[in-house]
Amino acid sequence: MANIKLDKLTKSYGDTEVLHHIDGQIEHGEFIVIVGPSGCGKSTLLRMVAGLETVTTGEVSIGDKMINDLEPADRDIAMVFQNYALYPHMSVEQNMAYGLKIRKLPKAEIKRRVEEAADILEIRDYLKRKPRQLSGGQRQRVAMGRAIVRDPQVFLFDEPLSNLDAKLRVQMRLEIRKLQRRLGVTSIYVTHDQVEAMTLGDRLMVLNGGYVEQFGTPIEVYEKPASIFVAGFIGSPSMNFVSATAANGVLTLSNGTTLATNTTAAGAVTVGIRPEHLFPNKDGVLKIEVDLPEKLGATTLVHGRISGAETAFTASLNGINAASTADVLSFDAPPEFLHIFDAETGKRIS
Amino acid sequence: MLKRVHFIKIMLPLLLVAPQIAVTIIFFMWPAGQALYQSFLIEDAFGLSSEFVWFENFELLFDDEIYLQTFWRTAVFSSLVAVLAMSIALVLAGFAERVIKGAGAYRTLLIWPYAVAPVLAGALWVFMFNPTLGIFPFLLEKINIDWNHYLNGGQAMGLVVAAAAWKQIAYNFLFYLAAMQSIPKSVIEAAAIDGASPMRRFWTITFPLVSPTTFFLLVINIVYAFFDTFGIIHAVTQGGPANATTILVYKVYNDGFVGLDLGGSAAQSVVLMFIVIVMTVVQFRYVEKKVEY
Ligand SMILES: Nc1ncnc2c1ncn2[C@@H]1O[C@H](COP(=O)(O)OP(=O)(O)OP(=O)(O)O)[C@@H](O)[C@H]1O
Ligand SMILES: [Mg+2]
Repeated sequence: MANIKLDKLTKSYGDTEVLHHIDGQIEHGEFIVIVGPSGCGKSTLLRMVAGLETVTTGEVSIGDKMINDLEPADRDIAMVFQNYALYPHMSVEQNMAYGLKIRKLPKAEIKRRVEEAADILEIRDYLKRKPRQLSGGQRQRVAMGRAIVRDPQVFLFDEPLSNLDAKLRVQMRLEIRKLQRRLGVTSIYVTHDQVEAMTLGDRLMVLNGGYVEQFGTPIEVYEKPASIFVAGFIGSPSMNFVSATAANGVLTLSNGTTLATNTTAAGAVTVGIRPEHLFPNKDGVLKIEVDLPEKLGATTLVHGRISGAETAFTASLNGINAASTADVLSFDAPPEFLHIFDAETGKRIS
Repeated sequence: MLKRVHFIKIMLPLLLVAPQIAVTIIFFMWPAGQALYQSFLIEDAFGLSSEFVWFENFELLFDDEIYLQTFWRTAVFSSLVAVLAMSIALVLAGFAERVIKGAGAYRTLLIWPYAVAPVLAGALWVFMFNPTLGIFPFLLEKINIDWNHYLNGGQAMGLVVAAAAWKQIAYNFLFYLAAMQSIPKSVIEAAAIDGASPMRRFWTITFPLVSPTTFFLLVINIVYAFFDTFGIIHAVTQGGPANATTILVYKVYNDGFVGLDLGGSAAQSVVLMFIVIVMTVVQFRYVEKKVEY
């Protein structure tokens, strides 16, 4: 069983602590995505699980065994790096067989496993080539192949798709997901791309500035973001925020507009509304002055400001909308779609 | 007017390359030409007249048992120097790459020997190994080794090899370190995750990946051992005892300036010149293309 446990993990470089008390329980076979902006400590966390960075305080366990002081080689993990890190002087076949040779597997077994992985990843034709003779996508597959032949307890991925073009990224994303399902290997996947995070992960760990902001399923994270940061980071286009005062189930925006809410929040709050949760309605209370409509085909993004409040707001409308600059559009903002955060701490209230 | 502009256009580039060309001609081409010419002459015993003899000097040279021995000795000397200097540098670079604390200090210290002039390096080793005064013979005596490189040809060879290699280690170290630092860290990390021990990573990943540098350094080191070790040998053994450390360059000097056989010495120079040319060609052909991996 390869469940992973992170227990109050911290990491410091000298005096700067870059990861603070990371807790998390990952079940056997789960696909966890660590997501967050650049520099938030995603790679560092992953590398601590891999054994490539030392743990400053706290504990990492795999399969209920504390592995803080175990060498990477002894952790029974495989890792796919952002730059693939293939051995440039070895053929594809040798790249994949390297770890198996070190483990002294019989030759026939090595051959069988390499060929099996090559079939799964459709790289059979390139087995004799050197990495530099492959395209980015093929290299990516080889890197995956090198990980799966080892049949490890845990897969670790550090932004494995970020060097690929958009189309290939979508395709490989699906393949990684299918592969992980098929092999059932516990996986941790690092990305800064929230679409990748939403589509791949059984659960997401949203990291910001070395803190875990939220750890939950993609739907939880989308529907009930734990903080303003998560709310703004997950979802595209990102959530609109406006400050308001709450009292007795009513939110009063700075321009006097009032919105109904079914929470008991009181005092200064930040209200978040996703662009896709603004519903056009002639009698809607929320009035938005259009600055720029972006017609994307399937949807129209209306960028504008709340009338009288100058807060930037974006609405996502179905189809091609005729709105043009300087129009004022009215929207309904139903209470069940409002996210209310404490204005001071940024934490979710409801 | 047009003519004038034209004139300037030719003059300026010429003027700019002139110093280089002058240096090349005065210090390289001219002496080389002289050596070549000289190698076709035989002087009479009193040095009063000389006779043009075509290739006779070369024929004499290659019939000369001592010269052929010198050739062989030079090959042994160069290989020993190159292998010793390169392998020690490789190991040191391998370690220095792993050091994190005080890396700068180690590296600076390791580079210092390169700045020492050959003769001074020689003098240093002469003092350390002086059979009567030196510290090493004193220590070696304790393990029953009788050190006297003035009498023992093998020991003399060992000493010049050590001195010559020691000086070259710094240079090799710099190149190896740079080569190792240009290997992406993630490749080494991937090998670590694949289960390779540090030793195994070094031999199966690092070493193959610095092979272009190894090849480049091999040529450089052999050229160094062939030519730039003159100062060391001159200071340490003067080619002795009984020619045990006389390598080709040293023999050129000895025959020409001590033995005053100018024709023979010039012929030897020409042979050396030819060797350098071959090595340079090899280096350009292969280093430019890089060793395949
Ligand atoms: N060796 C180091 N010494 C000091 N600080 C470091 C070191 N490595 C990383 N950091 C710091 O730790 C923080 C987290 O780095 P990390 O590489 O984990 O970020 P990341 O989330 O992976 O970012 P990206 O998405 O850009 O890869 C950064 O602020 C970085 O500056
Ligand atoms: Mg990173």
